[in-house]
Amino acid sequence: MTTAAPLTTTPLSKTEGKKLSAAAMAKKKLTSPWASLAAVIIAVVWTIPTVGLLISSFRPQDDIRRTGWWTFFTDPLVTFENYRTVLDPEKAGTNLPDSFLNSLVMTIPSVIIPLCLASLAAYAFAWMNFPGKNFLFIAIFALQIVPLQVTLLPLLQLFVAWDIDGTFWTVWLSHSTFALPLAIYLLHNFIKEVPSSLIEAARIDGAGHVSIFFRVLLPLLTPALAAFGIFQFLWVWNDLLVSLTFAGSPTISPLTVQLSNLTGTRGTAWYLLSAGAFVSIIVPVTVFLLLQRYFVRGLLAGSVKG
Amino acid sequence: MPEALYDIGSGMFVQRGSSRSRIALAGALSAGLVFGLSACADGGDSETSTPGTSLAAIDCSPYKAFGDIKGKEVTIYTGIVTPEDTPHKESYKPFEQCTGAVIKYEGDKAFETQVLIRAEAGNPPDLAFVPQPGLLQRLVATGKALPAPAEVAANVDKDFGADWKAYGTVDGKFYAAPLGANVKSLVWYSPKEFADNGYTEPTTLAELKALTDKMVAAGKKPWCAGINSGEATGWPMTDWMEDFMLRLSGPETYDKWVKHEIPFNGPEATAALDAVGAYLKNDAYVNGGLGDVKSIASTTFQDAGLPILEGTCSLHRQASFYAANFTKGTKVAKDGDVYAFYLPGQDATTKPVLGGGEFVVAFTDRPEVKAFQTYLSSSVWANAKAKVSSGWVSANKGLDIANLKNPIDELSAKILQDPKAQFRFDGSDMMPAAVGSNAFWKQSTAWITGQDTKTTLDKIESAWPK
Repeated sequence: MTTAAPLTTTPLSKTEGKKLSAAAMAKKKLTSPWASLAAVIIAVVWTIPTVGLLISSFRPQDDIRRTGWWTFFTDPLVTFENYRTVLDPEKAGTNLPDSFLNSLVMTIPSVIIPLCLASLAAYAFAWMNFPGKNFLFIAIFALQIVPLQVTLLPLLQLFVAWDIDGTFWTVWLSHSTFALPLAIYLLHNFIKEVPSSLIEAARIDGAGHVSIFFRVLLPLLTPALAAFGIFQFLWVWNDLLVSLTFAGSPTISPLTVQLSNLTGTRGTAWYLLSAGAFVSIIVPVTVFLLLQRYFVRGLLAGSVKG
Repeated sequence: MPEALYDIGSGMFVQRGSSRSRIALAGALSAGLVFGLSACADGGDSETSTPGTSLAAIDCSPYKAFGDIKGKEVTIYTGIVTPEDTPHKESYKPFEQCTGAVIKYEGDKAFETQVLIRAEAGNPPDLAFVPQPGLLQRLVATGKALPAPAEVAANVDKDFGADWKAYGTVDGKFYAAPLGANVKSLVWYSPKEFADNGYTEPTTLAELKALTDKMVAAGKKPWCAGINSGEATGWPMTDWMEDFMLRLSGPETYDKWVKHEIPFNGPEATAALDAVGAYLKNDAYVNGGLGDVKSIASTTFQDAGLPILEGTCSLHRQASFYAANFTKGTKVAKDGDVYAFYLPGQDATTKPVLGGGEFVVAFTDRPEVKAFQTYLSSSVWANAKAKVSSGWVSANKGLDIANLKNPIDELSAKILQDPKAQFRFDGSDMMPAAVGSNAFWKQSTAWITGQDTKTTLDKIESAWPK
């Protein structure tokens, strides 16, 4: 974390004067009372649906089905029954506690695998010379255009042929491949910004590609890795489509799949959804709050220079 | 994707420079929530009562012919999820005890799209419960579905009507035995309201109309309806129209209409939709307890019948499975809070029944799969299933009505087993997807919000694949 500091200051130093004034202007604008008021209003408006969902999750079944959440303020009836039902596999008919673990088992490797591969690939594209480099890079960049929906069926056929269907491997592999193009592109731009003098100095000291990557670049990469890590984590955690196709079976299905089945065959138990949503939201919110300081910084650093 | 990032980023900009203490607080809060919740879950365990019904042993001899299948697995894939899945699993136990085979049940609400993907990709389940003849045809078209074994065909010939067998047959080959069934030609009402006001269950369409007018004269809005169902919005309206098509023009014309041998927008269909309109587009008749005619489009089908309990609505046409929508504690019975009567035919002698059901199709032909398929098509299974479920019925003639626990299931079974009953499958489930699960739904929704009958039917007709 501390090693990240030089990076953000070094590339910016060239244009420091301009940046400072822009920052000062932004600060001036944002501290005006009207802007603050606008910010507060926007924040409140954006939060209202979530608050409504939270309140709903504590209301009794009849109230949820017949009246809106705002009637809570005139008729405050609080119950934990929804949460009790949702977390009890016997009552809910779907196993949320188990699928909670499944979600974690799915998400963590699906974040780590693309991060490892993408940071190495990004280094190669940024600081190594090999034939066809530009063509390959453009090809990878272009892959971002391919919608993942069209790959589902061929991938599943492949997984069946490899005999790994119905295992976590399917999800890990598919999420990793879907994430790689953006990850490589993002990290490449970030690594490219590292001053070449730093790399050259390391080379003069006798460092090869491996030690340059691990000793010089990796510490500098932390904010970008964290930013992409959060993004990928939220994406995988909230994914329904990929897990539905590859990991639908009850033993390995994640929270999202169980949540969609929670309402019952004909949607009769939809009042449980708000409680279910808040069970699944805990982890992403925690991850985001813990790592948010990297989020903006890492992204800006990776994308300012195209 | 980058836009999403930017949004979150700019959102966070408002609380720039968040301090460690705030993070710690948030962490502590969410951790507290987790622990609090798990504590609740632990506390809840003691209250749950385990379903006590254990089924009696069955005669194992029909399954001996398939050899020793002890320890072998049969996988089932279906769209039937909670709470209907528990009685299903429960009803397999006699078979498991008999043969030692293990049944693995996988319920998934996205079944209808996923089963096609799985069949195409080459990892289909052993058995799938298909809720629509149209989907069965598409599965057969993938080349992965297998015709039903002779034992299953024999069971079906013995216990099911020819109409049901026909729905499991594709291109003259019998693939899938019927499993469960539901009756859609039902009208829900409050027995208490009927008793208090001296109303009687109508036995002809004319009587139904007279009853409605009587209720209007008493200052009520008799009917309530709702067709909102997410992406499937409009399907309850297709059931209304099919029910009237069946009644006004008869089953033979209905079959031709479903197969598109007569145009979708012909005089028969126009008469049927206009007959529905006489009820649902009539501000004096709808929408009891919910609003005006247009509120039909915005009310979810799950909630549409609830005003009956509040006394603001008297009649609600919906299938037998609607029983599950009433809040726990509601007594569904002839002497209870809510009950249903058969949506009558033109006269008391004809009994057309609109309904739906599932069919069991196999993708593998291992002995244990065949044995289990045979079990599912037998009346032994139908009776076992009846004993453990509520809100379930089968068209199996060997089903003993006394085994059904739920009054509405008894009613459904009686309607299905009535010798005069002419069962017809929900037409929109058999039409091509472009019509049955697209144009028909959407145009019905447009119709209830103001579009006229002719435009509506013309648009559905033009959506029919050439």
